[in-house]
Amino acid sequence: MLTVRHLTKSYRSAQEDVAVLRGIDLIVAAGESVALTGESGSGKSTLLHLIAGLDEADAGEIMLGDVAVTRLKDPERAALRRDRLGLVFQQFNLIPSLSVADNLSFQSRLSGRHDQAWQGELIERLGLSALLKRYPEQLSGGQQQRVAIGRALASKPALLLADEPTGNLDEDTADEVMHLVRDLVSRSGCGFLMVTHSARLAAMLDRRVHLRAGLIA
Amino acid sequence: MSARLTRRSFVSGLAITGLGVPHAWAQGFAGLGSDADGFAQVVPGRALSFPADHGPHPAFRIEWWYLTANLADAAGNAYGAQWTLFRQAMAPGTRDNGWATPQIWMGHAAVTSATAHRSAETFGRGGIGQAGVTPTPFHAWIDAWEMRGLDGFSDMTVAPLHVTASAENFSYRFRLDAQQPLVLQGDAGYSRKSERGQASYYYSQPYFTAAGTLAIDGNDIAVTGRAWMDREYSSQPLASDQTGWDWFSLHLPENEKLMLFRLRQKDGSHYFAGNWITADGRSEQLAANAIAMTPTATTDIADRRIPTAWRIAIAARGLHIETVPLNARSWMATSFAYWEGPVRFSGSHSGVGYLEMTGY
Amino acid sequence: MRRALWVVAVLLSHWRRHPLQFATLMIGLIAATALWSGVQALNQQARTSYDRAAAAFGGTRTPMLVSPSGGAFAQQLFVDLRRAGWPVSPVLEARVQIEGRSVRLLGIEPVTMPPEASAAAEIGTAGAQAFIASPGQALISRETLTELGLRDGATPTLGNGQQLPPLKLQAALAPGVIVVDIGIAQTLLAMPDQLSRLLIGKAKGPRPNLESVTGQQLRLVQPESETDLERLTDSFHLNLTAFGLLSFVVGLFIVNSAIGLGFEQRLPMLRTLRACGVSARQPNAVLVLELVMIALLAGAVGLVCGYVIAALLLPDVAASLRGLYGAQIPGQLTLKPEWWLAGLAISVIGALLAAASSLLKAVRLPLLAAAQPYAWQQAQHRWLRLQGGGALLVFATAALVLWFGDSLIAGFIVLAALLLGAALALPVLLGLVLAVGERSTRRPLLRWFWADSRLQLSGLSLALMALLLALAVNVGVGTMVESFSRTFVGWLDGRLSSEIYLNAASEAQAREIRTWLAQRPDVQAVLPGSQAEIQFGGAPVQINGLPDHATFRDQWPLLDATPDAWDRVRDGDGALVSEQLSRRMQLTLGQSVTLPTPTGPWTVQVAAIYADYGNPKGQFTVNIDALLSHLPDSPQTRMGLRVAPENIAVLMDAIRARFGLDGRNLADQASVKKESLGIFNRTFAVTSALNAFTLGVAGVALLTSLLTLSNSRLPQLAPLWAIGLTRRQLAGIELMKTMCVALITALLALPLGLLVAWCLIAIVNVKAFGWRLPFHVFPLQLVALLAIALLAALVASLLPILKLVRMQPADLVRVFANER
Repeated sequence: MLTVRHLTKSYRSAQEDVAVLRGIDLIVAAGESVALTGESGSGKSTLLHLIAGLDEADAGEIMLGDVAVTRLKDPERAALRRDRLGLVFQQFNLIPSLSVADNLSFQSRLSGRHDQAWQGELIERLGLSALLKRYPEQLSGGQQQRVAIGRALASKPALLLADEPTGNLDEDTADEVMHLVRDLVSRSGCGFLMVTHSARLAAMLDRRVHLRAGLIA
Repeated sequence: MSARLTRRSFVSGLAITGLGVPHAWAQGFAGLGSDADGFAQVVPGRALSFPADHGPHPAFRIEWWYLTANLADAAGNAYGAQWTLFRQAMAPGTRDNGWATPQIWMGHAAVTSATAHRSAETFGRGGIGQAGVTPTPFHAWIDAWEMRGLDGFSDMTVAPLHVTASAENFSYRFRLDAQQPLVLQGDAGYSRKSERGQASYYYSQPYFTAAGTLAIDGNDIAVTGRAWMDREYSSQPLASDQTGWDWFSLHLPENEKLMLFRLRQKDGSHYFAGNWITADGRSEQLAANAIAMTPTATTDIADRRIPTAWRIAIAARGLHIETVPLNARSWMATSFAYWEGPVRFSGSHSGVGYLEMTGY
Repeated sequence: MRRALWVVAVLLSHWRRHPLQFATLMIGLIAATALWSGVQALNQQARTSYDRAAAAFGGTRTPMLVSPSGGAFAQQLFVDLRRAGWPVSPVLEARVQIEGRSVRLLGIEPVTMPPEASAAAEIGTAGAQAFIASPGQALISRETLTELGLRDGATPTLGNGQQLPPLKLQAALAPGVIVVDIGIAQTLLAMPDQLSRLLIGKAKGPRPNLESVTGQQLRLVQPESETDLERLTDSFHLNLTAFGLLSFVVGLFIVNSAIGLGFEQRLPMLRTLRACGVSARQPNAVLVLELVMIALLAGAVGLVCGYVIAALLLPDVAASLRGLYGAQIPGQLTLKPEWWLAGLAISVIGALLAAASSLLKAVRLPLLAAAQPYAWQQAQHRWLRLQGGGALLVFATAALVLWFGDSLIAGFIVLAALLLGAALALPVLLGLVLAVGERSTRRPLLRWFWADSRLQLSGLSLALMALLLALAVNVGVGTMVESFSRTFVGWLDGRLSSEIYLNAASEAQAREIRTWLAQRPDVQAVLPGSQAEIQFGGAPVQINGLPDHATFRDQWPLLDATPDAWDRVRDGDGALVSEQLSRRMQLTLGQSVTLPTPTGPWTVQVAAIYADYGNPKGQFTVNIDALLSHLPDSPQTRMGLRVAPENIAVLMDAIRARFGLDGRNLADQASVKKESLGIFNRTFAVTSALNAFTLGVAGVALLTSLLTLSNSRLPQLAPLWAIGLTRRQLAGIELMKTMCVALITALLALPLGLLVAWCLIAIVNVKAFGWRLPFHVFPLQLVALLAIALLAALVASLLPILKLVRMQPADLVRVFANER
């Protein structure tokens, strides 16, 4: 499903180049859920961004199925995100001027993969039925994150990427959201890669990969 | 040549094209209509008298002084030249002085070579001196174009004359002499134009010899040749179903002359007329059914198809000729546009002449 | 395609959620487009009619032959030239009186009229035969027909008793002109065989040179690229254009702030879009597309508003152009398609211009947000330094242009640079003032007050700049207009010294009137006047003849004079010179001037310089006897009468009854004065109206800026509320801050406005009209404007303040609960 080989990435700072990733190898099988843990600055978010095609790697290769993400140009990476990936961030990243319903269906409509039945199931499982007409600013943090997850899954991505999706939520809400995500991921059969610093949450997934100083420990 | 421009054509032609003329003017002509009320009528049997009839006839609606010349330079290259002064009355009346004079004058001038045809026109009001004709001394003019009797001018030969015209890209000046008196066309000067009474007064001087210079694009060329003057005036329009005409003036061998015209009618039939002028100046009217005129080739000019080559037969006179133009594109791109140019003919007779065709 | 539409819909959804922002954007664009195109419509209307007047029957667009003296000449010259091959066409022109109005009568000859000079279609439809042949036709425009109160087909009688041929409506004809056939004109004007000029057609052919045909009797006048009217009215139109441009710029300020905010708020949305798989190019293209669509929509509305503005102002513009320059402008607004297209284009260009920085930002948007907090202070510093530098640069330009430039355009450049520089410098100056305020106090709330004002500066500065510009221009124009009207009234009192003015219908009547007046005991003095026009220094110049009389010696206002000025004038070798002429020709006191006259050159010395406000032409004033001896054909039909005030009415009634003079030809001092003042008031009515519009737009700019700011103010206000200030107190502080900033801006606008006034009076007026006014400052006016500015600020801040007062505590709490 996802294969990462010898991936390196460094950022140029004022004085020197800082190597963030120093040769990552990682495989996520179809339907597998993997937690990416590590301390701040270990490079876990950078790795996620590279996989999502939000940034470009220095060397190495990312294969999503048979597509080499690292060889795509920006518009192709955008299309890849649109059609095959789902993204959930710590900040909820909803579109403030769209209603909950429109936010939910945004990406699936964009990719032309809108499926009314699946959308209905998502709404029900995420408990959003009563909130469809509201706008993001009228929701609590947990509710907003559920909308973001719904949006990411609505287009039935091959791989769901999440960066601290519960970082802004209290513990109870976080657990609830995590259970939801796990259920939904397994129902849709997609791969799931989540960045988290919480060992507790990491333990809820199939496998855990720990990053330390740009390398897999 | 002659009744080439009767009122209606003059009028409608101007109205349709109107190029180079103030629209105002063309519109004025258009407004003239076909109403001849108040104007003098052309009647048979009226004797023409000279010099008076060389001058204008304001009681008649329309009139012209029309000169064409077949010329050649020393090397034998052929040329043609045209000088025409038209008079048109806006209203009946004989007043001839001041702006209130209801006369409009129009001048046309052209030169033709095998490769070039240049034409120009100008307009003027009567009564103030910009344009006009005086019979004695003979002088016809518009702007700087003029035809003037020289010393020894005779009313009966209308010669000798000095003729000049110039425009942006051509000019000419000739001296015209004639030894024989003018001739009356039609029936003693009464030229019928239809079966329904339309007619004009018409006389010609076909015996001019011409000598002078012409210039096309600035090169002066000395030329000599023959010229033919038509004088015609009328008030009556063409018959309403007549669409145009084809007119020949031909210099036959042995100093004989031939004037022929065909008025085309909407029903496809034609009105034929002509005069055979003998070397001694006798003008004999030809019977309509004695004349055969057939186009043999056409030229496309200005979105029109013009018959520029003809077969002519007057069996009774033993004449069978084919005419070809010196320049098939002798198009008068004036406000009232028409074809007018020198022709050459061969067959039973050979020589040169002029052809005018309107209404195409 | 559907995907693209989806992206469009998402980006547009922002405006649905922020209707006020959208309204602001629309208002800005509409205002900018409306004022700009309104002014353009007025200019275009005027220019079109100048062209019409100039093109019709050989105005100045056709080369022509005229007599060197400018008078009529014999028709035979026309015939001679035609006979020589010159493609000329005759014209006879004179002014005639119809229904008490003065109209240009043009006699033309349609048969020889060069097509390019004839405005041919106009006659064509009339029918040349009907035009030429008796009774002929008198072609007339709809405007003139209406003005004369006549109907198509009427045959009015001229002042000289002659009857015109039936009037024939010609929509395309220039107003104020009646066209007849040349022969009819000669009869109407009793000028048989006389012509005014010959138009030369384009037809080429051999032609002898002019002298060999007509000797010295005619001279060639080459066509002018610019008509007299265009030249004369240029300054007027430049004035309008400057205002249009100013309003446009002020409108764009609003657009800029609205778009800036709209884009800023949508940056996270753009990131989300990108994260969801929208390529970078697509939203950018959509943003531009969205902007263009909005601009087109607003442009269309703006054009309609512009049309209304133009239609409202047109009567005033037309009246002042007629009053000042004698230019006839049709009262009905007719606009070319180009105008509509140009209006839409200017709206789109304006919107793109205003959005340039925002668009650039969106294009360069990094996909991954920089996490660091916004360093507003550092950014503001940089921005202020940049603007300050820009201001200095602009001021330097202004100084350079002022030093080296010597034209009307240069004057306007100085003005524009001054305003732009001041606008750029405003935030810097405000920042300094606020920083000083901050440093001057230790009380925490006050310190916060100043500091927070400073924070707000970036958001408010564009609106404040607009306010500054509008105020400064108001002060400048107000000062100029007031200076002018004060000077003008005094000047008019001096110039209009006779109690009664009359203009006889003919020389014969004038003689009759003089004889009759001499026998009336109630007439203290008859002051005959005469005027001629000559060509001097390449332009028409009037020569005004006055008798030697104490009335003039005592009252005629002179700007500068030699001690014996009036004696020199009396002796016939001295001339008074109008200020505009002296400036244009650089004539100084004592200088000798040679005037070309039909009787030969006439040398006079400049004895004095006098103000001649409102006269677009230069003028010499000389003794009337001297004038008549050198220009014997000058009309002597005008005179002024000195009468005791109590006898005015009686005498006027008597003259009216005896000589049949009407209100056009007989007037008392008061009504002449009223009419003159009326003309000037209408001239400035347009200026004042545009002035008010500009101020209004600035008010809107302030309002919208405050509204948009108020939304982002919560995080800054909530902590204070938490500390224990009531909402009412917070609202009061907010209001105070706005008023304070507005006051500082308004105070800065006052000196700037006076500087603008000085520029207008000392540079623009002198170049545009040729006169310089004394510079007055009107403190009351300044105070009034200050009050208006504060009122505008108050009104603008009211809505946001009310919003704050009514805000629920929960909204304030949320700042803490859910910080970004």
